[in-house]
Parts: sequence; structure tokens; C-alpha cells
Amino acid sequence: MEILVASAIGVLSAAGIYLILRGRSFPVIIGMTFLSYGVNVFLFAMGRLAVDRPPIIASDTTVYADPLPQALVLTAIVISFGMTALIVVLALRGFLETGSDRVDEGIPKLPEPVDERLTS
Amino acid sequence: MSGWIIAPIIIPAMAAALLLLLRRSPNLQRQVSLAATALLCLASIRLFMLAIEGDVLSYRLGDWPAPFGIVLVLDRLSATMVLLSGILASAVMLHAIRGWDEKGHHFHPLFQFQLMGINGAFLTGDVFNLFVFFEVMLIASYGLLLHGGGPRRLGAGFQYVAINLLGSTLFLFAVGIIYGVTGTLNMADLAGKVSQVAAGDVALLRTGALLLFLVFALKAALVPLHWWLPTAYAAAPAPVAALFAIMTKVGAYAIIRVFTLVFGAEGGAAASIAAPWILPAALATLAIGAIGVLASRVLVDLVCFAVVWSMGSLLVAVSLFDERSLTAALYYTLHSTLIGGALFLLSDLIASRRGRSRDDLEPSPVMANAAVLGGLFFLAAIAMSGLPPLSGFIGKLMILDATRTSGAAGWIWGIVLATSLLVIIGFSRAGTMLFWKSEAVAGTLEPPAPARAASLAPAAILIVGTALLSLGAGPVTRHLEATAQQLVTPQSYVDAVLGRPAQAQRATEVR
Repeated sequence: MEILVASAIGVLSAAGIYLILRGRSFPVIIGMTFLSYGVNVFLFAMGRLAVDRPPIIASDTTVYADPLPQALVLTAIVISFGMTALIVVLALRGFLETGSDRVDEGIPKLPEPVDERLTS
Repeated sequence: MSGWIIAPIIIPAMAAALLLLLRRSPNLQRQVSLAATALLCLASIRLFMLAIEGDVLSYRLGDWPAPFGIVLVLDRLSATMVLLSGILASAVMLHAIRGWDEKGHHFHPLFQFQLMGINGAFLTGDVFNLFVFFEVMLIASYGLLLHGGGPRRLGAGFQYVAINLLGSTLFLFAVGIIYGVTGTLNMADLAGKVSQVAAGDVALLRTGALLLFLVFALKAALVPLHWWLPTAYAAAPAPVAALFAIMTKVGAYAIIRVFTLVFGAEGGAAASIAAPWILPAALATLAIGAIGVLASRVLVDLVCFAVVWSMGSLLVAVSLFDERSLTAALYYTLHSTLIGGALFLLSDLIASRRGRSRDDLEPSPVMANAAVLGGLFFLAAIAMSGLPPLSGFIGKLMILDATRTSGAAGWIWGIVLATSLLVIIGFSRAGTMLFWKSEAVAGTLEPPAPARAASLAPAAILIVGTALLSLGAGPVTRHLEATAQQLVTPQSYVDAVLGRPAQAQRATEVR
């Protein structure tokens, strides 16, 4: 089981890092998602891998899994899920307003109305 | 008494919820938001009074005993930072209610959530909660950065969100590793346990510590992780950029807190692990920031690079981690937050008065209130670039003095002084272009600009703040010396949180 979980974390992180280094917004977002899956599994594994052990007090058992990483993972999942939704919307709006989904070409300089024009 | 500690988190949280309900009446929303910020300021003054009595206080949420529950800790450092954020937020809020808050939705609730995140990060005594408050702060900052919309903000916003998501992921990896090898995330508890990590886990612990440093360095805009800052801050609405002046300090605060308390001199295998990395990176930050200041053709870009440069000076002092250099670093933190905010507000005031030229560094017809604005800019430039008599000079003097005995003193003195010269040249050129060369340009500005002198007040308040910081340098420095003293002897912090001597604690509950 250790080998399986460890290689899953490794593959997810490697794929995530590769995709983040791509030049368009969609692969970058997918890469972020992979990386956050990787870290979620990693956090979970930090409470040690155990099978058939409850994380909360039960009457018929004396061995427990560590509940803290599970709580941490829950928080991390919620945050990364919300942030993924945000960055998808951002990428979409950016594509619709600028006509480009490149993330490696700097910030587009478009003519804007004078009162809304920003610097540089 | 210790119940007060949670006030700087509760006040903005409640205010933000209330402000969401009031979204249909913008005037009332402004008043409530302003009142909440003022209340926050009062609460932080109260906390500051509590902290300067010298004891470290802790507040247990839900009264769960540490290290199992979540604690908030008030010591001199966190009280000072919370007070600083309250002062900056008040000035920024006064600026924002002059029109910026109407350029998009939900400015005020996001502003309050941002304050909640910042104050939470300063007060928390738990690494995972530090992560959570970083996220609260960042999520609000994403909304604030995009306030007003436009393609430029969307482009900058994507990069900003992406780099911070990556930072959060690394933070989680670091938290996971540290929990995995020590079995705790409470900072005071960690302080005792990192020195007892099994020999086989030492490499993991060091990896976790350095990953944590990487994340904080990203927030603190340390070269080579600085590149997001000029893009994001220049695209952000001016009051938001001014408030962001304290966000880089949250990164610096986290470095100071974690790498004195947990991975400080007594951190076992990971003792003083960040110090060798900070110094070269901070010197590079100084150089890159100063070159950016020289190369900028727009005032707001210049201010962004000046902020990067000031983070370099600050972290040069932090890198030594002794009492004198931490005092200098903290003084410089106070100074650079106030002056960074003031410069962002000034660049907005200048841009709004120059019609089509905005804040491009080229001559245009004379702007409204040119004399007063020029005077304020002159003072702010003096303070930022570190010329006497304002706080930048005192801060720099303290940094140079504190690093005199360090092995790398030659490098530090050389680079700090040389880059200061570059920044002085950059600011003089900007001021000459904006104010003096404009005298020679005939014609009028179009469209005609607003000329309310009262709108200069918030920037003036922040500049007066730096002036007070210079006038009161004696008492301020004595307070900061006591703060640094508290930082280099973390035992009082540990005792305040765990409530018993660390020796007894160590025997129990090691995984």
C-alpha cells in the first residue's frame, strides 16, 4: 500500500508541475488541480496509513487512526476546490476579454477608456 | 483579559457579514466599514497596551488545552503588527471611500475579510491556522485585486492567483511533512519537539522547514520569487495596492516568527536553517528592486520596485537573527509599510490629476494641487530612499549598524548603500518629471481633473506617521528592542501557550 500511495503522490505532483509550466491557462489550471490532489493524498498519508481504524471514539475498538490529518485535508480540499473554481472563471474572463489564453506573454496592453485606463 | 486577543479577528469578520447585508445602501456601507476599521484600530491599541506590559498572553479557542486546541498568542511582535495593520487600514479606508469603492461590487466586505486574514496571521500560534489565515487573506486579496475589472487586472489577477495557489500547495506539503515527523502543528509545541526528531527523520524536517521558508519568501517577495509583485500591485486599484503594502510584511513576519521560535537557535537539526538562504537572496532583492526603480517609466511601477527594494533591506537585517538586527528589521518594517502605502496613494492622487498622462513619468501640463502634492511626494521620496531626517534614514542606519560585525558586512554595506543611491536617483528623476519639468509645458490637462485638496489627507496621514516614527524613534526603538529580546528568548512564548515548563511537556505525547 505504501508503494501505491507514494507513487500516486509522486505521479500526481510530477504531472502537476509539468502542466503548470505550460504556456496556456487551461493546462496550468489542470496542473494546479493535479498538484492539489497530490498534496491532499500526501497530507492524508502523514497520519500514517492504516486500514479499518476509526478516527473517532468507538466502543468496540482500542486502536485509532490519527484524526488530525483528516481534518486538515478537509480544510485543504475546500480551499483548493474554491480556488480552482475562481481561477477557472478568471481564465475564462481573461480569454473572453483579451482573446488570448497565453499566460507566458505578459499582461496584454489594450486601449482602455481614459478614466479607466491603468498605468503602463 | 486575554479575550481581547480575538477582537482583531472577530471585528472584521462580523463587519464583513454585516456589510454584505447592507450592499444595497452604499452610503451606510461606507459608514459601517469606516466605523469597523476605527473600532479595529481601537482594539489593536488596547492589545498593544496589554502586550507592552511584557507578558505573552494566549487565548484558547473553545478552551481546548494547548497543544490540542487552537491558540491565538499575543506578544509584543504580534501586537505591534496588528496595530500597524489597523493604522494602515484606516488611512487606506479613508482614501477608498472617495470613489474607489464604487468601481465594483463588494469592496468593503472583501476589505474587512482581508483585514481578518492579516490580523489572524499575526495572532495565530499554530502553523495550520497560519495557512488558513493566509488563505483568508489571499482569497480576499484576489477579489480586491480584480476590483474594478478590465483586461489588465484579469491578466495580472490570473498570474497572482496561480502563483499563490502554488504557494498554498507548497505550504500544505510543508505542514504535512512537519506534522508527519513531529506530530504537532502548535508553534510553541513544535519549538520543543523539533530538537527531538529521530535521526532518520532529520532530512524530512529540514525539507519541511525550507519549504515553509520558500512559501514565506514568496509572500515577502524575496528574489527570485518577487516577480509577481510589480505586475500584481501595479494592476491593483490604488487603495488595494496600499493595503497590500502590509501583505509582504506578513511574509516577513512569518519568517521572523517561525525561524526564531521553531527553527531558531535551539531548533536541533534544523536550527537556523533559513539564515544562510536569506542573506544572498535579500542582497539580490536589493539590487533587482533598485534596478527596477531606475528602469520604471510609470510612477506606480517605480513604487512597486521600491517596495521590493525595501523588502530586501528588511530581510538583510532579518537574516542575522540576533537582537540588534531584529530591532532594526522591525523598525524598518514599520517604516516601509507606512511609506509604501503612502506612495501608492500618492501615485493614485497624481494619476487622477494628470488626465491622459496618468502617472507616466513624462512632463504634462501642471496638475491641480501641484505644490502640496509635490511637497508630499518629496517627503515620501526622502523617507523611502532613506535620506535624513525621516524614518528611512534611521531604519537604514540601524540596519547598517546591526550588520557591522557580521562576516558579510562588506557585501551588506556596499549593496545597501549603492542601491540606496540608485533609488534616490530614481525618485529624483520621477519627481523632476512630474513636478518641475511640467512647469515648462503649456496648455491645460484634459479631461479636467478634480482638485479637492481634502483627498490628499489619507496619504498625508501616512507620511505624518513616518514623521512621528522618526521623531519618536527613541521610545519606538526601546519598544522594538524589548520585542526582539522576546523573540530571541522564545521560552516565555512557549510557557504562555503550553502553560507549564517545556521539560514536563516533552515526556508526553511524542508520536
